[in-house]
Amino acid sequence: MSLRTRLSGRPRSGMLTLAAVVVAPALVLTACGGGTSGAGADSPYGFETVEQEEGSPLTVWVDASRQPAVDAFTEAHPDIPVTVETYDGGANGSGTFQTKITAFDQAGSGWPDVVFSTQNNDAAWAAVGQTPFAAPLDQGYFDQEFLDGFTPGALDPTTVDGTVYGLRNDLASVVTWYDQSLFDEFGYDVPTTWEEYEELGERVAEEHPGYIVGSVGDAWTPEVYFWGARAPMNTVTGTDGFSADLTDPAAVRMAEILDTLIDSGSVVQDSVFDAEFVQKYTGKVLMLPGPVWFSGALFQNADSLDAPEGTIAAGLPLAWEGEEAVTGNVGGGTWFISRHSANLEAARTFLEFVTSSEEYQVDLAPGLPAYQAAGEKWLENQAASGYFAGDFAADVATASAQVWDGWGYPRFSQEAVFAKTVTPQLAAGKDLVDLLPEWQTALENEAQVNGYTVE
Amino acid sequence: MAATHSTSLARSRARMSYVFVSGYTVLLLLFGLAPTLFAAYLSVTDEGAFVGADNFLRVVQDFRFGPAVLHVALFVLFWLVGLIFFVVVLALLVHGLARRGVSTGLRFVYYVPGALAGASSVMLWLFVLDPTVSPVSWVLHALGNQTFVQTVSPGNLPVVFAIIAFWTGAGGWIVVLYGALNNVPGEVMEAAKIDGAGRLRTALSIQLPMMRKWIAYMAVMSLAAGTQLFVEPRILSQASKGVVPVDYSLNQLAYLYAFKQTDHNGSAAIAILLLVVSLGLSMFFVVKGGLFERD
Repeated sequence: MSLRTRLSGRPRSGMLTLAAVVVAPALVLTACGGGTSGAGADSPYGFETVEQEEGSPLTVWVDASRQPAVDAFTEAHPDIPVTVETYDGGANGSGTFQTKITAFDQAGSGWPDVVFSTQNNDAAWAAVGQTPFAAPLDQGYFDQEFLDGFTPGALDPTTVDGTVYGLRNDLASVVTWYDQSLFDEFGYDVPTTWEEYEELGERVAEEHPGYIVGSVGDAWTPEVYFWGARAPMNTVTGTDGFSADLTDPAAVRMAEILDTLIDSGSVVQDSVFDAEFVQKYTGKVLMLPGPVWFSGALFQNADSLDAPEGTIAAGLPLAWEGEEAVTGNVGGGTWFISRHSANLEAARTFLEFVTSSEEYQVDLAPGLPAYQAAGEKWLENQAASGYFAGDFAADVATASAQVWDGWGYPRFSQEAVFAKTVTPQLAAGKDLVDLLPEWQTALENEAQVNGYTVE
Repeated sequence: MAATHSTSLARSRARMSYVFVSGYTVLLLLFGLAPTLFAAYLSVTDEGAFVGADNFLRVVQDFRFGPAVLHVALFVLFWLVGLIFFVVVLALLVHGLARRGVSTGLRFVYYVPGALAGASSVMLWLFVLDPTVSPVSWVLHALGNQTFVQTVSPGNLPVVFAIIAFWTGAGGWIVVLYGALNNVPGEVMEAAKIDGAGRLRTALSIQLPMMRKWIAYMAVMSLAAGTQLFVEPRILSQASKGVVPVDYSLNQLAYLYAFKQTDHNGSAAIAILLLVVSLGLSMFFVVKGGLFERD
């Protein structure tokens, strides 16, 4: 049996399990005349639970940036014991979450109760398989009313076959960050199209060398530039179809723009999280297309670019000339609950807290909350603080609604493919345009070993 | 009477020797042989059914397999050649030092890096390899590496891993070969001196041939470890944010098969292939080095 057919067989067995789970409670009820435990197949949550132990501690995996969420929770709920373990959050497609869970699957024990992942595409994996990890959340576990409180579309990446398997922590649509004070100083107009962006990049490289308009040094470059350009390179059809077309004019044109700007020096290859980036470019970032969470991660961060108040604005996403603007999305973490959790009630309280509570999402969260009520308040706070220039709240809200839906969420990481295939060759001085065919092959190969039929 | 006494002594000695090796044998069977046999079983089955070479064909046709083989082969080549050459030279030099204190001190210094656990020594190397913070950044710059990404670009990696592995592992071998040199009888060395052999002549004609088995031993042990390259690329991958791929080495590929694709049969097939290749290469060194010849 080939890998592909085995993988494509999975959803079917998942459906069988689901059917068994739906039917089983009815059988148990008729047999015993009413169960009381709320555990096992008799669970009201729509999946088979393990024996519940009230008061058992929650094991929570988060990345370092989400540690404050756990701290806020323990302060608000001192009665629920939480054991926190920090890991890399699966950043840059490292796959840590998946490999660790699979190891626990083999061992048959040891799973965490709650996991935070930075990778949206983890749901596509966590929901399937012989022993799926993620608990379905909308089959009776969370109130529908609570789930409806998320920003429309926010739960799309975590919805597999119509069932929600994870809750989004924050929205991470790409906006066009720019420094208003520098634009005023140089007398430039803020670009609204990719064509104008290219012109501006060349102009600033000539007139004010050292100032930058973007970076391709991070693994999410495809999401920032190619997703926003409508490049059809991450198309998922159904559960097992994948296609990538890097010969598409949108992909080629975007690669050309980036090549021009890399050559001119206004688009750099440093990762925005390198110490060197901060050293070289503090006060010199004229523009930086990037996700909303750059706000707290870079600009309003004393350890990073630490921009003075009133200088940085979150502009609208860029469009191709004559076309409607769309944008990409970089992560926006997801919270998963384990099917194996022995304290699902506490896990639910935890998830409700970290996704929607004001104590965390409004007061502490570095990025735009995915929970709508919290998101609106967060934007209000940001606007009221007067830190950002321009109409921050309105522009971010607009961008959040513009995420292009032609970009899918496959079981593998676009970021990992970009990092290993493209990044080192760009660093060696090759042109992005020339790397497109190799990049496409790498994507198709990766899709294939992950059980996709490449179309 | 005396004869029966000595045979019963020999017999009880033989019995005791079985007891002494039994601890090792039991552990070897449980944690060495049994998993290997299980891997062999997994590699030719799929969900319990015999499938012949299917698993092997699948992993060999995987687009990641060829590059991984090349990566590991290059690394092992650079590492083994470097290891054998430098360890032998350094051991000879240290042994030749007249002043005892210096020699002991040097042996200790060589040994220290090996005392660091594998993963933590790689962490140390992350700093050495990053031109912005490296204490030897001028070397990296001179070699044309301005950024960390350039240092860990695919072309440099086999050498980078070989240097890391040498730094962590060579010290122990220098100590071992030093011990081997001590076993070269003093009379032989003296005879060589009387015959007018210089340092170099002695090293090439007397010491090297007498160290042959130890060098072969080092090669066999290092080969087994080298083909299993895992920790170094794994950590560099995380540190370089994925520029060093997570599927760089064969062992990493086996890991991905097992724990990302949940394909344990494919993973076992890679493990068996690795075993066959390293056994074959080990045989080469055993025969060439005369490791099991008795004097």
